[in-house]
Amino acid sequence: MSHTSYREALREAMRDALRRDPRVFLMGEDVGRYGGSYAVSKGLQAEFGPERIRDTPLSELAFVGAGIGAALGGLRPIVEVMTVNFSLLALDQIVNTAATWRHMSGGQCSVPLVIRMTTGAGRQLAAQHSHSLEGWYAHIPGIRVLAPATLEDARGMLWPALQDPDPVILFEHGQLYNVEGELAEDVAVDIHSARVRRSGNDVTLIAYGGLLGKALDAAEQLAKEGIDAEVIDLRVLRPLDDATLLASLQKTHRVVMVDEGWKSGSLAAEVVARLTEQAFYEFDAPPVRVCSAEVPIPYARHLEEAALPQVATIAAAVRTVCGT
Amino acid sequence: MSQPNQAGLELMLPPGPVPTAPVPFAPELARGLLRDMLRIRRLEEKAAELYGAGQIRGFLHLYIGEEAVAAGAMLALQPEDTVVATYREHGQALLRGVSMRAIMAEMFGKQEGCSRGRGGSMHLFDAKARFFGGNAIVAGGLPLAVGLALADRMQGIRRVTACFFGDGAVAEGAFHESMNLAALWQLPVLFCCENNLYAMGTSLPRAQSQTDLCTKAAGYRIAARAVDGMDVVATYQAALEAADTVRAAQQPFFLEFQTYRFRAHSMFDPDLYRDKAEVEHWKEHGPIHTYTARLKTQGRLAEEQFLALDAEVGREVDDAVAFADAGHWEAVSDLLRDVHTPADGGAS
Repeated sequence: MSHTSYREALREAMRDALRRDPRVFLMGEDVGRYGGSYAVSKGLQAEFGPERIRDTPLSELAFVGAGIGAALGGLRPIVEVMTVNFSLLALDQIVNTAATWRHMSGGQCSVPLVIRMTTGAGRQLAAQHSHSLEGWYAHIPGIRVLAPATLEDARGMLWPALQDPDPVILFEHGQLYNVEGELAEDVAVDIHSARVRRSGNDVTLIAYGGLLGKALDAAEQLAKEGIDAEVIDLRVLRPLDDATLLASLQKTHRVVMVDEGWKSGSLAAEVVARLTEQAFYEFDAPPVRVCSAEVPIPYARHLEEAALPQVATIAAAVRTVCGT
Repeated sequence: MSQPNQAGLELMLPPGPVPTAPVPFAPELARGLLRDMLRIRRLEEKAAELYGAGQIRGFLHLYIGEEAVAAGAMLALQPEDTVVATYREHGQALLRGVSMRAIMAEMFGKQEGCSRGRGGSMHLFDAKARFFGGNAIVAGGLPLAVGLALADRMQGIRRVTACFFGDGAVAEGAFHESMNLAALWQLPVLFCCENNLYAMGTSLPRAQSQTDLCTKAAGYRIAARAVDGMDVVATYQAALEAADTVRAAQQPFFLEFQTYRFRAHSMFDPDLYRDKAEVEHWKEHGPIHTYTARLKTQGRLAEEQFLALDAEVGREVDDAVAFADAGHWEAVSDLLRDVHTPADGGAS
């Protein structure tokens, strides 16, 4: 075990991949000389040089597309996009090229590309740096969407993502970068399953990314009140691991889904709909979603906090579902 | 180049005279270029006919009139080179070595098609021939070409990535971002701009403040050249020189082919945005008949030889249609295949 942070775990994952596979390289805005806008790649350019830690101009569309081309050309690119908001400038290449290429080519051209990007609010960065659009990407067939919420996943998800012959998007929540803790030396995780992070019997609390911590905090608070919540870390937002969710529902018969995206058309909507379709009669109470308020994320701290799911609102939703 | 007409549409005329100079190529090359252009032309004429008959559906964008571009440019490439094309790519695919059978079957939507019927006319692929689509997002292929060339650079592979796109792409951000990246990183991309003067129905002067497209390349310090895209002698010579430059210098080059499509944008297009007189002017520069005339004038091609060649191509087209017709519809149970690569690595 060693003490580390989410940021350092991500960096170590990249360092490890760059050492293990000469085809791996990192490309994005300020990933090199600057050290990464969130300092994830700090020091890597000095170690691996400017070819493999490649700074790009502010051309999201072209450098994400170039990542796709490089993947087709035999490399294993990691493309960093500064935030999910900025990724909209590259949405065409991700949705129209990366996600379609294998299918449109009749299976001839896989795109082994990993795209990393920051997501989420909570840092008073206002409406163009704070959104949670993971659900949009999770809508698209042809890409795998990951949301590492723990140090272990921050360290472990990149390598299997790079082994995936198809495009993978890794969402790093901005509020997690400074989270610290102990991490085992050898980390091996999968990129296809949801994980029970806290076992419980009374209610299933589903969360991912930046809100997993709040869900776990809410569960601890509820435990003191006699509510034993099972907390599931979704981890893989596409394709969804229905089996793990259904198994938990069959145990607890109650579901609360926490999602930093907006409720309308959200990933939470998809998860709840799937459970309802597949196991309607398992529910002892209607499922509840705790999502962000339907507003562009505001700058002022008190308003931003009010817009986001909080421990108190999650706990309140659980009490409602549990009828207490 | 432009003159107003009565309807208020400005005629955009060919930049130079109809080419009449002797064809300077050896017999095999000279005849090969004619055959290449004829193969594209006859394939597409048949495709248009079959579209009318309902055997080909979706969007079908014909290249008719522009054959000298693909014939010249594709011949200038080496087998190890890479090609990225647009949705008007039948010609490039065919001359890259994708069989006429596989192209026709793809248009039919049959699983014997070069994309197993998943792509159709706009998405022809052949990974073995390094033919990476068939892209229906205007300018969508340029970033891809930059990345393919970057992969070559980083792996120490010396080859050319030829990227085809139209004048319409020049208005897209992806064009400018990609030109900049290619120049900034000095990547061996041959940018082949097929300037047919219309982005669907929008003429170049109605879309661009600067209609001299080579100046766009100059803005990124990329060497550029415009060439008569109706003259296969010129397109081949220019493309060969440009490809050799890219290969030797390992840096990008921008080649503008000034060309024209004789047919509408797609089979859905009523073609109301341009004057018929303009189309007629350009048809006088038709790449196949002007080239044929030059060879005949030189005494290097007799009418019987032309007819024999045309008949041979016609037989290839007939064979492709028969092949496509006899092809199979993929089982609906296979619907979800090739969304992701199967665990065995995708040997599908």
